[in-house]
This record gives sequence, C-alpha cells and structure tokens, in this order.
Amino acid sequence: MAVSALATGCQPPGFFDGQNLWHEWVVNFFPRIGDSICRGMGGHADGGPPNWLIYLVLGFLGSLIVVNIAALGVPFVVLLERKLLGRFQNRIGPNRVGPFGLLQPVADALKLMTKEDITPAAADKIVFALAPLAFAIPIILMFAPIPWADHASLANLDIGILWVIAVTTAAEAGIFMAGWSSNNKYSLFGAMRAVALLVSYEIPLVLSLLGVVLLAGTLNLSEIVLDQRFAPNILWQPLGFFVFIIAVSAELNRAPFDQLEAESELVSGFHTEYSGMKWAMVQLGEYAALIGFSAIIATLFLSGWKGPLWIPGYIWLVTKMAFILCAFIWVRATIPRMRIDQIMAFGWKFLLPLSIINIFATAAEVIAFPDALPYWLIPINIAFAGACVVGMAKLLGFQPKTRKIVIPGRPVIGDDTPGRIVPLMRGGN
Amino acid sequence: MHQFGFIAIFMVLAVLVPVSMLLIPYALTLAGIKPHRPDKVKNDTYECGVRTVGGSWVRFNFRYYYFALSFLIFDVEAVFLFPWAVHARQLHWFGFGAVLVFVAIITVGLAYEWRKKALEWK
Repeated sequence: MAVSALATGCQPPGFFDGQNLWHEWVVNFFPRIGDSICRGMGGHADGGPPNWLIYLVLGFLGSLIVVNIAALGVPFVVLLERKLLGRFQNRIGPNRVGPFGLLQPVADALKLMTKEDITPAAADKIVFALAPLAFAIPIILMFAPIPWADHASLANLDIGILWVIAVTTAAEAGIFMAGWSSNNKYSLFGAMRAVALLVSYEIPLVLSLLGVVLLAGTLNLSEIVLDQRFAPNILWQPLGFFVFIIAVSAELNRAPFDQLEAESELVSGFHTEYSGMKWAMVQLGEYAALIGFSAIIATLFLSGWKGPLWIPGYIWLVTKMAFILCAFIWVRATIPRMRIDQIMAFGWKFLLPLSIINIFATAAEVIAFPDALPYWLIPINIAFAGACVVGMAKLLGFQPKTRKIVIPGRPVIGDDTPGRIVPLMRGGN
Repeated sequence: MHQFGFIAIFMVLAVLVPVSMLLIPYALTLAGIKPHRPDKVKNDTYECGVRTVGGSWVRFNFRYYYFALSFLIFDVEAVFLFPWAVHARQLHWFGFGAVLVFVAIITVGLAYEWRKKALEWK
C-alpha cells in the first residue's frame, strides 16, 4: 500500500524497525510526524475521528510543509546566489543586514511588501494581475511528488515524473500572459523568446528522462530512488544527465539560456513592468522552480535521499540539492549568454540527437541485462557519453575560437602560443 | 487513487498561499503603510525613458513557427515512448525494434527539416 502525505499515515505497529528511539525519530522524521498526528487523533482506536478527517488533516499539514519548503526556501536561495555571485565577481556580496547578511531576505521581503505596486495604464489589467499567480502556482505544485526521505513525499504519485513535467510546462503560460498583458515591446519579445525556448528544450528534457525511466521501469519518483540502490543513475546515464541538466537550465530560463530576460537588451523581458509583490511572485516562481528542479535532478540522477552513511535521508537530499544549486550559480557566473539562434540550434541539432541516441543505448543495455546492469558498463557508458558529445560537436563544426587582439606595444591577447598565458583583466592590457 | 486527494488539498494551499501573498500589500495600502500614488508618467509603458510609440498588440512575426510544429510531433512521440520505457524489459527486442522504426521515421523528418534549413532562426 502506497501511503503518503509526507507520512505513512497510520502504519500498523512494527512498520518501522526498532523502537521509539530518538535516532529513529531523526531518521524517519517525516513519516513519524505523520504517524504521530494520526495516532494522536486516535487513528487506531475505536470511536476515533472518521478516516476522511485524518486524511484531510494529514494532507493539509503535509501540504503546509511542502508549500513552506518552496516559499521559504526561495529567499535563502536568492541570498546564496547573490553571495556566490559576489564571490565569483571578486566582491563580498550582501553583508550588511544581520550576521553575514543572513537577514537580507527578510529586509528584501519587507521592502517588496511596502513598495508601490504599479500597473501600467496601457496594460490588460486583469491578465496583468493574474499572470504572476499563473506562473507561481504550477511551480509550487511541482513539489508534490518529490520524496524528501524514505516514505516522505506529499503524494506518492505513480506518474510522478509526468506530473512534474506537465505542471512546470503549464507555468510557461504565466510567462506568456505576463509578457503579453504588459503591452510593452520588451515584455512581448521576452514572452515570445520564452515560448521559443520552451518548444526547443522541452523535447530533449523529456527524452533524456526516458533513460532513467527505462532503467527503473517506473515513473514513480520514490521507486526510482529505491532503484538506485547499487549506484546513482548518473553513472549509468552520463549522457542523459548531461542533456537533462542543460535542458533544465534552459527550462528554468537561467544563464546561459536567459535570452527572455536578457537584462542588457530586454531589461528583464517578460517582467519589465512588474513591481512590488507581483514582481516578488515572479521571482518566487523562478527560484522555486530552481529548487524543485534541483530536487528532481538529485532524485533522478544522484540517488535522491539515499546515501552511504547513517545520515537522515532529507539531509542527503538537501546536500545534493545544494551542490546542484551551486553548480547552476557557477554556470551563471561563468558562461556568457548565448544568442537566440545559437540557443535554438543547440537544442535541435545537438541535444535532440544526443537524447535519441541515449534512449536507444540505454534500452539496449536494459534489455541485454534485464536483472541489473553490470558494473563494468559504467566506464563504457562514460566513455560512450564523452565520445557522443565530442563527436556531435565535431560533426556540427563547433570549434573553440580564439580571437587575437593586437594592440601595438602591448602583449598579444588570445594568441595560441603554448605555455603563455596573458591575463586579460589585470595589468591594463 | 487516494494520492490525488493529497494533490487536491495541495492545490488548494498552493493557490491560497500566493493569493494571500498578493493580498498582504493590498491590506498594507488600506492601512496606509504602502504608498499608492499613480500618475500619468509613472503609469506609462516603460521604453528606455522615452515616450512609447505605438502599442505592442500588433501582428508579430513569431519565428519559431517551424520549431513549434516539430515540437508537436516530438512531444506526441515522447508521449508514446513513455509507456514503452516503463515496460521495455517485458517487451524485449521486439518492442525495441518497433520503437526504433517509429523513432527512425520521425528522425528522418527531422533530418529533412534540417536539410531544408527549417531549423534556422531566420
């Protein structure tokens, strides 16, 4: 029986091995909470409250926890991003409010709440007000099937992956509503680019997921985690992981694919006209999607809440999520924004063939070794993935181009003399 | 099916939380804490500080038309591939071959599109 709501519901006694020890409480925190709420309401006793009431209370409390993970996690991810970006750019980042700038999110929230809300006179007012909601609500919904620990997802959906894809794609409607209703040329461009990006990167995203589905033989996220008991999926699916993480960063509209906000040309694109709490809602949607997708990546490819040591599952999951978040921020700080035609070509001509190759390579492996994949496939898979990426890049003629900058009397920048590195920024080249 | 009951409860909460977040500033306006002083310049459409010329609800050349068409085809393909992926082990090499033929037909279409330069952002 698959019971959930961050909990197992009223489990029969003896479901958890061991007694009511404190460490057992720590490890099975979420199921225990659900269990004790259930027992506290007299779930097992005769004459207790009816089952539907217990169901409602459990669902409500579980939903409250998950909504708060989404809504309260966002300010701290924003702070993390600002701090790390500061470090990457040789600055300190926010450090004035509270110790190490930790209270910056609170200050930001207060500012956004008390800021004047401007609706442009030319805008379609109803759609303009609804768009942030249409963007943020589906993103929050995406958190429902994520397993935070053993037996600890809000809803243990058998179609967990499909739910996540469907719901996050629906958020794109909110972006288009925002861009169109602003009646602003920048916003319209941003919205159009958002749809172009969506149609290009949805396909590699979905197809690279198929590799994981093939390995696990299920769409249920909890079962996919349990399926990775021998090794995390990234070892069996290096090519799938590569394609998926790129497609996700395009779906999240993050650098280097953030053509739709492109501060330097579109003045933040679809939310140019937004201010105050509506802007905060757009921001909430973006960063909640970042958190949610890093949880999904950790679940699908990095074995989710499973870890080798005796550490509670939710701590493992959060650690892996933190690594992925930092990787996304690192990419944002490092890679320059791509042109829109480059983005479209990259999606259709590079990622899509790679994801199709990945599906059939994985399917052949799975059918050849139906019980469990042998470990010697791991180096072969990694070599195959590397060969595919390099071969595809060579085939398409992607070349790392070096440009020579010659200024008379100064050292040449970007020449390809081996062993000679000319620093670009320091020393006034 | 009772999992979807949790989803329904979650949906109610996921709607209520953002809506209440948007109602807080409204309440603050009523309480006089948040300013609300619209004027003509402030409510103008932003366009780099100059006066806006024309509206933006015009006929717009959206260039991803071909991409959108191919997206439809490939998305339907993905929908067909998911059930196969779940049962790939049971369907064995026959299923593999069938799906290979199915994907090959669509990939030929992609190659044709590529050759005809429909995948260029013009």
